[in-house]
Amino acid sequence: MRIALFITCLADTLFPDVGKSTTALLERLGHRVEFPHAQTCCGQMHINTGYQREALPLVRRFVETFEPYDVIVAPSGSCVGSIRHQHAMVARRHPDEKLARRAEAVAERTHELSQLLVDVLRMEDVGAYYPHRVTYHPTCHSLRLLRVGDRPLRLLRHVAGLDLVELPEAEVCCGFGGTFALKNADTSTAMLADKMRNVLSTRAEVCTAGDSSCLMHIGGGLSRLRTGVRTVHLAEILASTRDGDRG
Amino acid sequence: MTAFLGMPTAPRGVGHLRGSDPFPVAARRALADSQLRRNLSKATTTIRAKRAAVVAEVPDWEQLREAGRAIKAETMRHLDRYLEQLEAQVEARGGTVHWARDAIEANEIVTGLVRAEGATEAVKVKSITTDEIGLNDALAAAGIAAYETDLAELIVQLGHDRPSHILVPAIHRNRAEIREIFLREMGDVDPALTDDPAALAEAARLHLRRKFLSATVGISGANFAIAETGTLCVVESEGNGRMCLTLPQTLITVMGIEKVIPAWRDLGVFLQLLPRSSTGERMNPYTSMWTGVTPGDGPQNVHLVLLDNGRTAALADETGRQALYCIRCSACLNVCPVYERAGGHAYGSVYPGPIGAVLSPQLTGIEDNASLPYASSLCGACYDACPVKIDIPSLLVHLRARHVDEARRARRLPSAEAVTMAAASWVMADPGRYAAAQRAARSGRALSRGGRIRALPPPLSAWTRARDLPAPPAATFREWWRSEHRDRP
Repeated sequence: MRIALFITCLADTLFPDVGKSTTALLERLGHRVEFPHAQTCCGQMHINTGYQREALPLVRRFVETFEPYDVIVAPSGSCVGSIRHQHAMVARRHPDEKLARRAEAVAERTHELSQLLVDVLRMEDVGAYYPHRVTYHPTCHSLRLLRVGDRPLRLLRHVAGLDLVELPEAEVCCGFGGTFALKNADTSTAMLADKMRNVLSTRAEVCTAGDSSCLMHIGGGLSRLRTGVRTVHLAEILASTRDGDRG
Repeated sequence: MTAFLGMPTAPRGVGHLRGSDPFPVAARRALADSQLRRNLSKATTTIRAKRAAVVAEVPDWEQLREAGRAIKAETMRHLDRYLEQLEAQVEARGGTVHWARDAIEANEIVTGLVRAEGATEAVKVKSITTDEIGLNDALAAAGIAAYETDLAELIVQLGHDRPSHILVPAIHRNRAEIREIFLREMGDVDPALTDDPAALAEAARLHLRRKFLSATVGISGANFAIAETGTLCVVESEGNGRMCLTLPQTLITVMGIEKVIPAWRDLGVFLQLLPRSSTGERMNPYTSMWTGVTPGDGPQNVHLVLLDNGRTAALADETGRQALYCIRCSACLNVCPVYERAGGHAYGSVYPGPIGAVLSPQLTGIEDNASLPYASSLCGACYDACPVKIDIPSLLVHLRARHVDEARRARRLPSAEAVTMAAASWVMADPGRYAAAQRAARSGRALSRGGRIRALPPPLSAWTRARDLPAPPAATFREWWRSEHRDRP
């Protein structure tokens, strides 16, 4: 299957390993991954901060870049959430009904990684090997916007060597929230403190999730406190094999 | 968009819809109070578990939510018609209906009615709407003492405090604090009073009984008003409300215009949704309903004050009007991770939490509550819990856009944030400029030690005060792709 990768601006700039892992994983499963170079950012930060006018050119760019593809994947619940639930709204607000309809059509074909694997490619065992104690944080937008449910957990349960431990109060927000982390830094940090307390209580070495943004926040706190626990994106775990990282 | 301009909003200087500090400042204060954090966490955790258990018992819960949403949507679409029908039905049954444009008018009407009775005191229940308009202050200025009779509202009143929760206004207090308030303020309380909940409730009962027996005027809010029959409905847990609603000769109900529902049969939907969502009970303990005046039974002077106070402005926004569907169950507060940590006072309004963050700015005009739509991580727990399916996260995003658009239209000087956002949009609208910006960001590597950045200048210092940031990698993903896959897109 030909799959277009929307890397997201955050992973592109700060977490390229997430993109490399997504590519390696899908290629290992026999698919052809393409990376349309015209892509930039989904515009979620602008939309969620109130700057929908500024988001409009980004929505248009996303639609134009990915329109030629039948299957699009992004290693992010919140970016896919924005594409599916906000792009058409931004277009209609300005108002551009034609763009809105095109955005809806592209959004239908855009999948978060765990949804692509389980629902489209019908895989739960992707042949990964990751000999570590891991806890999984379900990110809010993957959970409540995209309803990925237990798909990431089903994928993780099939990873050889992986010791999966349940995260207490898993479904509570970690406190990232995009610009919320800056505008309401104190509240965001208080939420982070409780998330970290729960992560540490699992005695896991690795906290994983489907969003680099939330992981950047949780990992930033874990690193600052020198907890020795690291954050790893779900794609990186699923890409790991016995032959070494990313197969 | 321009339709919102010029719509009358809740007036400044009266009532309790605006805080003195923006949310981040007020929240910072609350976050430092470890007792408050403990009280809130304990209370919301308990209510959350109760709600989840009783909601899970109802097989058609999702259909019930959809029904509740549909009834409210229909009501808002024809609010004028239902309000006129309500007025006609209440008056046909011996009640009197008053229309109040805003808090000032409503306070004048109620104060006038109490004065006309020659009363100097009144007992109150279901007081959030009267608290929105600052009625107790207005009554006090007219020499009328108002006594809150709901236990939690009594605790707040005696403590010279502000409510911090829609359903449990004293949620920020624990029983030791409540005991101290009673000992200090009740005057006639047994000094040996313990902090046993039953003992505290008994002290309140004795204190309130005297007020119930002497007051000639009762003042209430209302949960629902049925247009079809003119029936008003108050839902409460203690029975104190029923005393307020039945003992005085005069009963004055102050109700937001959005509380009307079309027909008697609609009440069945909400009386299933409300108790499970609010107190986590299957059925509400005290549900009082009255229809105009019943000769020789209960209050003989029945008044209904219909309050706008910014609600029509909210109604004019077809997206924003969803906030008017709210039945004040407070499920969204109890599941909100921001509310649980910052507490209700941080929102500065009688309507705290997620629903307050979308309701208060619409009632006052966004400029007066500009920090509230941003007081959320958009985690979406509130939407899942809402019994009438108010899409609070989408409303927050909508109000943020209205705030930015209104600031733009008012041609206020562009803020640093607006400049940054515009620049980011310009950069990201073009892959060439975007790649150049990524290369520039790589200079951040110079700030890192061991692959981590531990301090950045403002505004990013807000991030690095508590969190590290990974150093930008040697190559971005797109650079890596080019080097690996020269042959294809």
